[in-house]
Parts: sequence; C-alpha cells; structure tokens
Amino acid sequence: MTSTELLEKYDMTIGIECHVQLATDTKLFSGADNDARGKSPNSVVSPIDFGLPGMLPVLNRAAVDLAIKAGKALNAPIANVSRFDRKHYFYPDLPKGYQTTQMYDPIIQAGYIDAPLDDGSTVRVRIHHAHMEEDAGKLSHYGNYSLVDLNRAGTPLIEIVSEPDIHSAAAAKAYATELYRLMTFAGVTHGDLYNGNMRFDVNLSVALKGAIELGKRAEVKNLNSFRSVEKAAEYEFHRQVALLERGEAIVQETRGWDDAKQITNSQRSKEDAQDYRYMPDADIPPIVLTDQEIADIQATVPRLPGEWRVLLKTIGLDSLQTETLLDAENEYRTTLSLLDIVEASSDNTEKAKFIALWHVNTFVPLLRDESFIATSIDYTDLITQLYDLTKASKLSSNSAKAVFIELAGSSELPDIESYATEKGYIQESDEGAIAAVVDEVLADPASAKAVADIKAGNDKVIGFLVGQIMKKSQGKANPALAQKLIRERL
Amino acid sequence: MSTISDLKQSISSSTAVQVVKDAIAKADSVAEYNALLSLTAERALDRAAKVDAGDITGPLAGVPFIVKDNFLAFGAPTTAASKMLESFNAPLQATAVERLEAAGAICIGKANLDAFAHGGSTENSAFGPTKNAADQTRVAGGSSGGSAVVTALDVVPFALGTDTGGSIRQPASFNGVVGVKPTYGTVSRYGVVAMASSTDTIGVFTTDAADAELVMSVMSGKDERDMTTLDDFFTPQLQPTSGQKIGLIKEFMTDDVDAEVRQSVNQYADRLRTAGHTVEEVSLSMLQYAIAMYYIIVPAEISSNLARYDGIRYGYRSSDVQTLAELYGKSRDEGFVAENKRRIMIGSYVLSSGFFDAYYQQAQKARTLLIDEFNKMFEQYDVLIGPVSPTPAFKLGENTSDPVKMYLADVMTVSPSLAGLPAISVPAGKTAAGLPVGVQLIGARKSDGQLLALAKSLEGAN
Repeated sequence: MTSTELLEKYDMTIGIECHVQLATDTKLFSGADNDARGKSPNSVVSPIDFGLPGMLPVLNRAAVDLAIKAGKALNAPIANVSRFDRKHYFYPDLPKGYQTTQMYDPIIQAGYIDAPLDDGSTVRVRIHHAHMEEDAGKLSHYGNYSLVDLNRAGTPLIEIVSEPDIHSAAAAKAYATELYRLMTFAGVTHGDLYNGNMRFDVNLSVALKGAIELGKRAEVKNLNSFRSVEKAAEYEFHRQVALLERGEAIVQETRGWDDAKQITNSQRSKEDAQDYRYMPDADIPPIVLTDQEIADIQATVPRLPGEWRVLLKTIGLDSLQTETLLDAENEYRTTLSLLDIVEASSDNTEKAKFIALWHVNTFVPLLRDESFIATSIDYTDLITQLYDLTKASKLSSNSAKAVFIELAGSSELPDIESYATEKGYIQESDEGAIAAVVDEVLADPASAKAVADIKAGNDKVIGFLVGQIMKKSQGKANPALAQKLIRERL
Repeated sequence: MSTISDLKQSISSSTAVQVVKDAIAKADSVAEYNALLSLTAERALDRAAKVDAGDITGPLAGVPFIVKDNFLAFGAPTTAASKMLESFNAPLQATAVERLEAAGAICIGKANLDAFAHGGSTENSAFGPTKNAADQTRVAGGSSGGSAVVTALDVVPFALGTDTGGSIRQPASFNGVVGVKPTYGTVSRYGVVAMASSTDTIGVFTTDAADAELVMSVMSGKDERDMTTLDDFFTPQLQPTSGQKIGLIKEFMTDDVDAEVRQSVNQYADRLRTAGHTVEEVSLSMLQYAIAMYYIIVPAEISSNLARYDGIRYGYRSSDVQTLAELYGKSRDEGFVAENKRRIMIGSYVLSSGFFDAYYQQAQKARTLLIDEFNKMFEQYDVLIGPVSPTPAFKLGENTSDPVKMYLADVMTVSPSLAGLPAISVPAGKTAAGLPVGVQLIGARKSDGQLLALAKSLEGAN
C-alpha cells in the first residue's frame, strides 16, 4: 500500500508531553546558578541539589511566576492551591532518590492552544495540565565506569501534557512549534533547543479508521527539534502500521529517536515500568495563590503569538509574512525585538505595515546573513525615518533599502536625510528640474514609439518613459511626479 | 545537676576553657554509658578560648552542650549512628547549632542515637546501645538516648535531640530530665538528618524548664532554609496562667500502663490541683488509631528521606559490587541497620501502587480527624496531661526481638507528633526501684511557652 492509502486506512493519535526549562536565574529549590551551559561538571551544584543529609528544598518563587505566565499562554487556569510530590526511583543522576514534581495537584490546569498549519488553518490541541518539576542530572558512560554531572539537577521545568488531539505528523510539528513560540513569547523559557530547553515526548498509537478503541501506544522520548517531532511521528506511524499489516502486535514501550538514522528504537517496555511510589512532599508547603496575584503576574505577559497574528492581519500582512515575522522575533529576541518596532507604530496602519514588511523583506534577510551583526543602534528610529522619507517621496524604496543596508551594521546612526543626500539617494521632487528631464526624454527620438502608443490608448507604456526619466536622473527623480508630468504633456 | 546559670557562674569565676575542659573530662569519665559517639574537643576548646578573650559573646557564652549525632556540626563526623554515614564530615552546620553558636554556646560532642533516629531505646545504634543514667542494665530510651543520658549525668546542662514520635520525651522520662518537643515548625530542621519530614522536630534536654525556655528561645524562629518553619512565636513566660483547665487523658491511664507510672502522673495531677488548676479526665477516641497512623505515615516518609543514601555521592559504598543494582542493594543492605530496613520496607510497601490509597491516604485522613479532635479538646482545656511511656526504662535487650511491642510503647508520644503539637516531658518522681518517671504535658499549637511556664511553676513544689 502507498503511504496515502495507509493514511486512509489508519488513524494516528498523538499526545505530546513537553518539558520546558524555565528561564530563572537559580534552580527550583536551591540558589545554584540555573545556567549550566559551558560550565565544568558539578560546578553549579548546591548542597541541596547534591542531596546532602539534612538539606531542605526552598521553592524558587520566580519559577512559580513563570509557571503562572505559562498558564496564560496555554489558556489554562492557575490552581489557587497546588502541591509538590515526590517520585521515587534510584538512578545515579537523581541525588535524592526522588524527583520533586507535582503529581496530584499541578499548578496549571486544563487549557488549549491553537497551532497554525502550513495551509493557513489551525489545529486546536487541548492541554490536560502542566506541572512544575525539577530536572535530573546527567550521566556519561565510559568503558567500565560512568560519571555523574549534577549541574542540571534541580533545574526548574514545567511539563506540559497535551490531550491526544493530534492526528498527523504535520500537526505534531505545528503543535511543538506553536508551544515553543508561546513559551518564548511569554518569557517562560530561553528556548535554547540545542541545549534541551524544550524536549518533546511523542506518544503515538494507530488504529483502523473509525475504530472506537485507540491502539497501544509507543512513546518516543527526548526529541529536541520540531523537525524530529514530525519525523519521529511519521516513522512511528509507518512502523506501527507495518506491524499491524503483518498481523503483529504493538508493544507498549518507550522508544528513542536516532537522529542520524531517522528511526526510533526500543528502549524499555511497559513490563519494566517502575512503581514510583508517589507521595506528597512534606518539606514544601502548598503554593497558595490568590486570583489577584495570578492576574497581576499574568498582566506582565507581553502580546502572545495569537494576538500578534490578529494585529498583523489587521495591518495587512498575509499569514506567511506573519509567521516569518513571528519566527524571526523568536530568533532575535535576545538582541532586539522586531515586533516592538512594529508595535510602536500600530496606531498608524499604513506605517505599521510598511515597517512590518520592511522586516519581512529587508531586515530579516539581512539578519539571517551570517556576515551581518546587529548593533545597538535604534532600529526603530532608522526604519521609521526611512518610512518618513519614503512617505515624503524623498527616497525611493530601492534607495531606502540601500540606505538601510549601509547603516544597519554601523555602531552609530548619522542624520538619515543628510546621509541620504550626501550619498545621492534623495530623489528629485522639484517639478521644474524633473520637467526638464521629462521634456528631454519626450523629445528623444527613441521615445517616439512609446509616445505614439500612449496617445493610441496603450497607457502601460508610460512605465517605459518613467524608466527612461529615472535613468537620466540617475534614479533621483520622483517617479510619481515624473508620470504626472508626462500625462500633462501628452 | 547543674543548670545553665550554674555553668555561667563557673565561667565568670573561672574560665570558659576550664568549664569546657571539665565537661570533656566528665564526658570521658562516663564513657561506660556509651552516650557519646564523638567529642569535638579541639573546636570546643578553640571556641572557649575565644569566649575568654571576649571574641565570642552572647547569652550562652562558653556554655557547653552536646548534640544528637544526626545534627550536622563541625568538629566530628555526622554519623546518625549508622555505618552509612560513619565517615561523613558535614560541610555545613544545622541552623539550630549555628544559632546556639551565635549565642556563644560551645558544642563539645555528639551523642548516640538509634541509627537514623529509628527506635525507642538507642539499641538500634550501629555503635552499641546507650545505658540508662539511673540503671546501667536498662535502656536509655530513644532515639535521642545519648542526649538524655549526658544531660542526666550532668556532663552538660543541655543537649539537643530530635523528636519525630517521642524521641526526646521518652528518653527524658526514662532518665529524669526535662525534654521538649516543640510545635512542628518551631525550630528549623535544616542540617538535621531527616527522618519523617511532617513530624520531625528539633528540641532540647535540660535540667529544668527555665533552661529549656532559654535554649528554645535561642533556637526557634523562621529560617529561610526550612520552608516549614513558623515565624518566631516562642516567648518565655514568667508565670503560668492561673486556674488552668487541665485534661488527664483517660486512654493513657488504663490498667495496661505500669501502676507506678500511673501513680506518678496522678501525683503530678494532684500537685496541679494544689497549685489552683483543675484536672479532670478526658477521652480522645482517635488515640486508639494513632500507632497505626504513625507506623504508616512515618515509614513512608522514612523510605523517601533515606533514598538519598545510595552509595553514589557520599556515605558507605559496598566494595563487593559488579552492577549498579548491586551497588545500591549491597551498600544499603550493609549501611543500614535492621530497623532502618524494616521501616524502609514498610514505607515502600504503603506507598506502592495499589496500596497508597488503602494505607497512606487512609492514614492521612485519620490524621486529620485526630488533629480535629485535639483542636476541639483545646477549645475546652488549656493543657492535656498523661504519661510519656507505659513503663519506666526497660531492660536492655528486653524488647529487641519484638519490634511490634517496641512500636506499641510509643502510643503516648506519637499522637502529639502527628498533630504537630508541643509536648514536654517533665520529671514526675521515681519508682520504688529508683527509675525516673516523666509526665507529659501537651498543649495547643504554639502554646510551648505556656507549657514550660506551667512545668516551671511546679518544679519548686517537687
């Protein structure tokens, strides 16, 4: 059967668990540095993270605040009372012999997100809940020994658990991508995917179309890119369908993703599942939040992707332009916020659209050019001035772009109009001066045919004449003015 | 026995160094009781010299004390009387120890206990049992047996203990000293080897109630490193409230309880009446379930809190291992004593899937009912009294083969622990054989100061 036929015969059902590393300065229960990147092993570990005797957790309030913000992004209510529990298992990367998590009363309750698909439609995925927990450390295995690095132990996470509302690999990717956008826009995480700031576990089962019961599921753990989420879902769907087609049973198990081979492989089956002996953590009092506290924290969440889409659509951007802008925002947020520049002029739709499109067509491509390095200059000011000069017909759009590219990497902005003047970019809007060029072009025998055509009613040819005028004026003539003068004369 | 003020007088008439030297000499002279696991002589004498030089000051300047060896403290390993932590040198100190040091007190050593504080006789110590201060053929009580005995033998005027289900009150009763288990959350648990997080408390053994007030007021109060600590509420009172209404707990005075113990408690009740208070019999129906609740909830928490002792980062590691599973299994098998393993197994059992609801959750519900019943009782009564233990100190080895019998002996002390209430044990006389008997005073949450004031007011009338 072809892939399409199989897709018609079977349904896939996917639920995704996502671990999001919170952007706090310190760990969930200790004062140790939460940024382990590039640090030597076991150098950012407090006695609490190390699980010394007598050590007690001290809840990091900043992590709670970020969870509250995440709740807003997930359209999910925050529990007024939530609690921590202990999940027990023995492993050398787990210093206390248990992971502190929220099993029974999680902080973030049921919600949903709407993830845009490439065709412009959206898929709504319900969120079952999201809970706070601490990360474990890291083990490295060598010949006959293993080393433990506890730098990451105690890093605050929220685990977002979706309902099984996803039914295609593309939707799985869209969900993961939108979750990433939401969490980064809300400031919940730094979103460093390379360093595992967001890790996805894809639970996938297949069943004959129309079947009432879902099939047995396999969980592909620790995917750290949107593409691997999509590819793992595709692979699992085909693997499980192939098993069913051969009359074999699907084993409920945990699988890993081999990114090099683009396949999943079995790690452990349900039979090996551990009894985690969950119990309430009596060392940590319940997190009690009033509605007012929740509202106050959520009021600090900036505009989220969904709201940006509405705004950008109002300005006049299409969905491709919108998504380009949202992606770019995420990519460059740490150095400059592109959307702030757009938002600064959102009361003037025309201006905002100009600026938004300026980003999409000029600024983002420049940012993506590896030889370009953004500086600390005021890009809002630069782009706004270019808009004003264009609007006043002093700069053509090509000249504006040239000025931008010349200045975007400089460390200090000159007066833009003086600079453009000096560089000869300011276009001629003096009627007298342009009229002379117009007259010259119209008198040119090379223009005779065009003039005749226009007179015969072929108005399009006027573009040719304007082009000639631009050429003669070395691009400085205002084309609109030139056109007006041609019409007056013919 | 000398009080803190006696010691302060000695320090001013002699030197802190001399007082500390005397205490260390005394400790050496009572070595046969096996009450101490280590001395921190070098650090102690160094600090004493600083007191004499005026570099260390405070309300307890130069006063020697001893801590149960489950407090992280400098100068000696923190063993929790276990092979698991036999060579564990703490890189930091418990908040309680820090606060006492900040007040000028000098820790001279670390006292024996049941390994990881599991037990009621100090016979579960990996380093041998502690003997009773009044009769060396009998147990010290436990788990803070060593701390009780060094106080009773006048080595130091006060010693720290921990009380999870009676571990201060019962040895205090067995050795004839004052033992204070404060309201849950009064003193920070930071830096104390955890047993059961929801009932662990830090308290003290002293010669009299006034000393207990002084030590508690130094140690108590909010600690940012322990989220369960309460804002400082502890204020010593000069006089107890007059004409208090006191309930004598009927369930603790049945025929199963040693007659001499009952007699001592009744005599104490009479003294309370003489002092102008009323004492009447009260009944709490939930008490009969307390042992069952306690030996579900506490082992559950123990199994969790002891999971960190895995032989990976510190502590005992078995040398004879091939696999990770063996490393865990053998290190824990060899590093823990039988009672530790018994409690870890009970705890793991009641937390496992399918049993959590049937045992742990039910026990927590019953605990809520117990707390409610106590609260109602304290709407009518200021203080509840009863024995601390059904018997005076029993013979060494008498109960070691019957863990259930040992557990049942905790019946009077576990209820206030489950409810987070303050409870103190004060000397209430001796049996004909000369064994000390304590009476237990239980109060409403945060009534610690009132309990001690009441105990203090009766001390002179002894």
